[in-house]
Amino acid sequence: MSFPVIPIASASARASASANASVSVSTTCPYCGVGCGVRATPREESQPDIAGDEAHPSNFGRLCVKGSALGETVGLEGRLLAPKLRDARDGALQATSWDDALGTVANTFKRIIEQHGPDAVALYVSGQLLTEDYYVANKLMKGYIGSANIDTNSRLCMSSSVAGHKRAFGEDIVPVNYEDLELADLVVLVGSNTAWCHPILFQRVVKMKEKRPELTIVVIDPRYTATCEMADLHLPLKAGTDVDLFNGLLAFLSEHDTTDAAFVDAHTSGFDAALAATDGFDLAKTARACKIDAHDLLAFYRLFARTERVVTVYSQGVNQSTAGTDKVNSIINCHLVTGRIGKPGMGPFSFTGQPNAMGGREVGGLANTLAAHLELDQPAHRELVQTFWDSPAIAERPGLKAVDLFNAMEAGRVKAVWIMGTNPVVSLPDGEQAKRALAKCELVVSSDIIEDTDTNAFAHVLLPALGWGEKDGTVTNSERRISRQRAFLPAPGEARADWRIICDVARRMGHAGFDFDSVHEIFDEHARLSAHRNDGEGLPRAFNLRGLTGMDRERYDALAPIQWPVLRHGDAGTPRLFEDKRYRHADGRARFIATPPRAPANAVDDDYPLVLNTGRVRDQWHTMTRSGKSAKLAGHIGEAFIDMHPQDALACGVREGELARVSSRWGSMVARVQHGGGMSRGSVFVPIHWNDQVASDARIGAVANPAVDPVSGEPEFKHTPVAVEKFHVSWHGFALSRTAPLLDDVTYWTRIQGTQFVRHEIAGRRHFEGSDDHREWARAALRVDDPHADWLEYEDRSAGVYRAVHVVDDRIEGCVFLSERPDLPARAWLSGLFAKEKLDDEDRIGLLLGQPIGKGVDTGPTVCSCFGVGRNTICTAIREKGLKTAAEVTSCLKAGGNCGSCVPELKKLIVETEIARLSTV
Amino acid sequence: MKIEHAAAIASSGSSAGSTAPRRLRLVVIGNGMAGMRTVEELLKLAPDLYDITVFGAEPYGNYNRILLSPVLAGEKRVDDIILNTRDWYAQNGIELHAGDPVVGIDRARRIVRSEKGVEAHYDRLLIATGSKPFIIPVPGHELPGVIAFRDIQDVETMLAAARDHRNAVIIGGGLLGLEAANGLQRQGMSVTVVHVSDALMDRQLDRSAATLLQRTLEAKGMRFELAANTTQIVGPDRVRAVRFADGREIAADLVVMTAGVRPNVALAKASGLHCERAIVVDDTLQTYDPRVYAVGECVQHRSATFGLVAPIWDQARVAGAHLAGAGHRRYVQRATATKLKVTGVDLYSAGEFIGGAGTEDLVLRDPRRGIYKRLVLENSRVIGAVLYGDVKDGGWYFDLIQNRTDISTLRSQLLFGKTLCEAQPA
Repeated sequence: MSFPVIPIASASARASASANASVSVSTTCPYCGVGCGVRATPREESQPDIAGDEAHPSNFGRLCVKGSALGETVGLEGRLLAPKLRDARDGALQATSWDDALGTVANTFKRIIEQHGPDAVALYVSGQLLTEDYYVANKLMKGYIGSANIDTNSRLCMSSSVAGHKRAFGEDIVPVNYEDLELADLVVLVGSNTAWCHPILFQRVVKMKEKRPELTIVVIDPRYTATCEMADLHLPLKAGTDVDLFNGLLAFLSEHDTTDAAFVDAHTSGFDAALAATDGFDLAKTARACKIDAHDLLAFYRLFARTERVVTVYSQGVNQSTAGTDKVNSIINCHLVTGRIGKPGMGPFSFTGQPNAMGGREVGGLANTLAAHLELDQPAHRELVQTFWDSPAIAERPGLKAVDLFNAMEAGRVKAVWIMGTNPVVSLPDGEQAKRALAKCELVVSSDIIEDTDTNAFAHVLLPALGWGEKDGTVTNSERRISRQRAFLPAPGEARADWRIICDVARRMGHAGFDFDSVHEIFDEHARLSAHRNDGEGLPRAFNLRGLTGMDRERYDALAPIQWPVLRHGDAGTPRLFEDKRYRHADGRARFIATPPRAPANAVDDDYPLVLNTGRVRDQWHTMTRSGKSAKLAGHIGEAFIDMHPQDALACGVREGELARVSSRWGSMVARVQHGGGMSRGSVFVPIHWNDQVASDARIGAVANPAVDPVSGEPEFKHTPVAVEKFHVSWHGFALSRTAPLLDDVTYWTRIQGTQFVRHEIAGRRHFEGSDDHREWARAALRVDDPHADWLEYEDRSAGVYRAVHVVDDRIEGCVFLSERPDLPARAWLSGLFAKEKLDDEDRIGLLLGQPIGKGVDTGPTVCSCFGVGRNTICTAIREKGLKTAAEVTSCLKAGGNCGSCVPELKKLIVETEIARLSTV
Repeated sequence: MKIEHAAAIASSGSSAGSTAPRRLRLVVIGNGMAGMRTVEELLKLAPDLYDITVFGAEPYGNYNRILLSPVLAGEKRVDDIILNTRDWYAQNGIELHAGDPVVGIDRARRIVRSEKGVEAHYDRLLIATGSKPFIIPVPGHELPGVIAFRDIQDVETMLAAARDHRNAVIIGGGLLGLEAANGLQRQGMSVTVVHVSDALMDRQLDRSAATLLQRTLEAKGMRFELAANTTQIVGPDRVRAVRFADGREIAADLVVMTAGVRPNVALAKASGLHCERAIVVDDTLQTYDPRVYAVGECVQHRSATFGLVAPIWDQARVAGAHLAGAGHRRYVQRATATKLKVTGVDLYSAGEFIGGAGTEDLVLRDPRRGIYKRLVLENSRVIGAVLYGDVKDGGWYFDLIQNRTDISTLRSQLLFGKTLCEAQPA
């Protein structure tokens, strides 16, 4: 197997980007852990062209919606372009010099370390950092400051997998690769809405299933997600009962003698204890515990038992639990007992959520690991690393994991924190606590690409970092594949690479060992550390980049995607691990882990009777600082929502389309109620993305409970007891405007980026009483002072309906639609008018109706973001042309023909249309 | 009387020959639109029932008074607005006394007597004397150059004035006043409209539409004196100016009084028929004297009097049927609609557009396109409409008003027109 050599980019990219704007650069997508290859072509006058990299083995040229829209996210709106210091007197951020900013960070860290010791400072970093950034951050903290207080937002997403892998295999190893998904005959997706969160991998599986219909997909998820549309079997288990289910499977496999006894005997330990913890096989009991139909459960157990080639994928639904590590091990137990590991088409497979969660793990970016898969609690490991680094110190005990770290900040034990590339006020559980913690710190430093974030509101120092397309380094995806992220845009303003900022601060703190001139030098040190004494006589570990050591800039730049370990120069990498059945525990055996089931930490009660589950939506990413800039992505789901069962909604006194407050013992948020997400009774789903920058009160992190897994420290985002109640407003509305509106007296708002306009969904409590109140409010909102402005309005005062449109030179400038009921017209058509230079007469007549009169039809909310195909268009085509499959919809409307991530929705629409047809016949 | 009536019906069915009994005699007082439409309706049902005699004050055949405005504006000629020529009267055997008003009714003897001394016996009498313009009795109102706008004579006076004079003042900013103003302006005069209220057409428009209308007309060069109280018409031998309560004067060579009309009931009153504001009729348009019917602007039906053409057409149908002996129809008052006959101004109002307690409004404003629409709803039904600038759905709204259609399901689209609403599955 040979890897293509990729054209040079990186260091010269900024220069070449400006000199020759049409050179395309191969890089890696900055979103999920799939790590797709991207070809980016900068353009002089417009956003860069983005295409999938056909040579990249993760995606072979395909991109999901988010990846396809990357070009829309690299604009400089909202970017932090200069270092800033918060003025102690007025609290305002003032631009300052790098010298001043770096000096402030270095000096304050030094002073606090001198006064209170190294554990009084911390770094809180991110899976968005490149491996080289991560490496120097970890080196500074653990080897020079001498504390392990460096943790990462990866703690919140996959640390349970790390812990589970370590317990089972003796090292954090993902043995499988993406091809195994295609080789498998059974793919079990546990706690993973793969269709939305890892769309390209899902598409690979779906494509293979089309070729080999015998490939069976089972989804285990409390929700009926888009992923379930493609599944052969969906087990809607009760939240938090994954361990019961897999314990049941382990017992079933043992009872029915479908184990690989020879493998278990020769290569594992701990089976008896693990089996004992399952309490024997009792289908009815397990079905009851999991609240699954016993027939379905049995069908799954039989399917698993008789299918040799099984890949079990797990993601945040497994990890984000107080029993997350046990869940991982209960899954791995089932692969060990059947010997289905280390062979093509089988194995346990953790999908990571971030572009470089894996890279962070490799450099030891977690508070409880050291570096290069070495362990903090092993003196020999510490000695190896310290010697290699020749560092003055080495952390001796694990540092504070994310939730504990923020608790320590609130308690005053940690006095300074440097946050890099993450937004903990939004992403941590108990978000109000995160605010209190940051408010308590003497120094909060934030390296970021965006100036205004919920977290940066608490920062004393803002350091402008490089964003995707500007930065340069490596990332590792979910299958251990190291890929280069290459720059194709010049550094904007005064922004600098994270590794450079970290090294500058380290040097100013007086530390040697940070004199890197180029990012490839850091990679080389990282690779050498991984190979250092990594052999039979030393401390052998699977993570080994010996074959990638010694690369000069040119070779580093040309590095093609490769899976570690890479043992020798010229090796093609290692697609699959454990083929030799050798595990990384001292005895060379894999371990079964006994996983007695445990209920989630916080149970529902009368006050908080519903279970909150959180997660992603298809077209947004994390806290929306990047994906929120894309109008194309906003077209899918623009507003935060509370998905719940209609009966639960009824019991809570809320209806679909109305606003509701979700509260827990920790906090609350407000969003719009919806059904249709296939929620079971008693459960509620809210997406994680919306925050104070884009919405009035939509941070679900503020509601999530801070209970963590005792082993991994990962918070239990998927299970918080909550109550839902109606959020009373007197009116609902929306505003579309070319410039930001002035929204006074608005109780609820969400900002949604559009093409040439911004949309605000709004609601308020003010009573409009006077005859001109609505008009005055609307004119103020749209900043219209001229009494002779071209102002159209529609009013149904007793129904509380007011609509106004402001037109300038026959071009729509803004509009406001208000109503007492959430019965506002669709936004799609009005939004489309902002792209028009001149409204024609037909447009104008429809303005106040919010839809075209006479010609044209409302296309409905966007389903296919790639081709901008709306729901109504699709349903009409299905109805009128009798379309029966998603492929027919695609050939008819193109929808689903690019990234395919809307194909599950297309299928659902086909079914819904059919049901509607039958019920009207 | 009843017997005679029945006999008349029986005889009308038999063939007319030399032995035919004497036909009943119908006398019509008033040769205007209401009277003649009633005769037409009657002739449709019973062409041979009556010998008909018509007296009219004006020396013409019957003409469409509503179209006097286009005549004044020069858009139509008098010939164009004639409804029934003298030939028509002759062809239908109707004896017409044009230019000879009736001066007395002897109900006991069933005779009417004209100014010229013609006497006519009747078995049935139809009074359609219409209304008279209200001339505000300010000092100077009798000066030459002060006229009303009611008939062809007035139009001719105005056209003559427009040839010789410059400044016209219209007193009364209602429908008729604005049409007169528009006509005179088209004839080259400089026109000022004086209105006692502060909004034009306040009986047909709401304030918003009135403002739009005023702006449109001002843009055409018309001037307005609103909330203005005329205290004197000034001039030694012909009108020279109009003076207001605040002492200001504006030049005037012609003053047209369009400050409303009064039902013309002097004759009926003198004959002892029961009158209040007008001749009181029942649902069959019969007065308190069973032989006497009345239609048009001179009647009062269930407390209402009338000034627009639509209800008068309805009255004519009912009265015609009863005169024909096919007396099953009842006159029911319905909503009325108004259109202003001023070129370049699209204006439509119908029903109870003022609104009030218990009513709801739907309003749409697009000033740049000169569009204003307002519907008044009550109990999910449209009861009134004011349309300005875009009147194409006026008829549809009028139907909704007339039919008392429940519009609950259409409400949010209603103001956007018939095409849209009918495309929606209601």
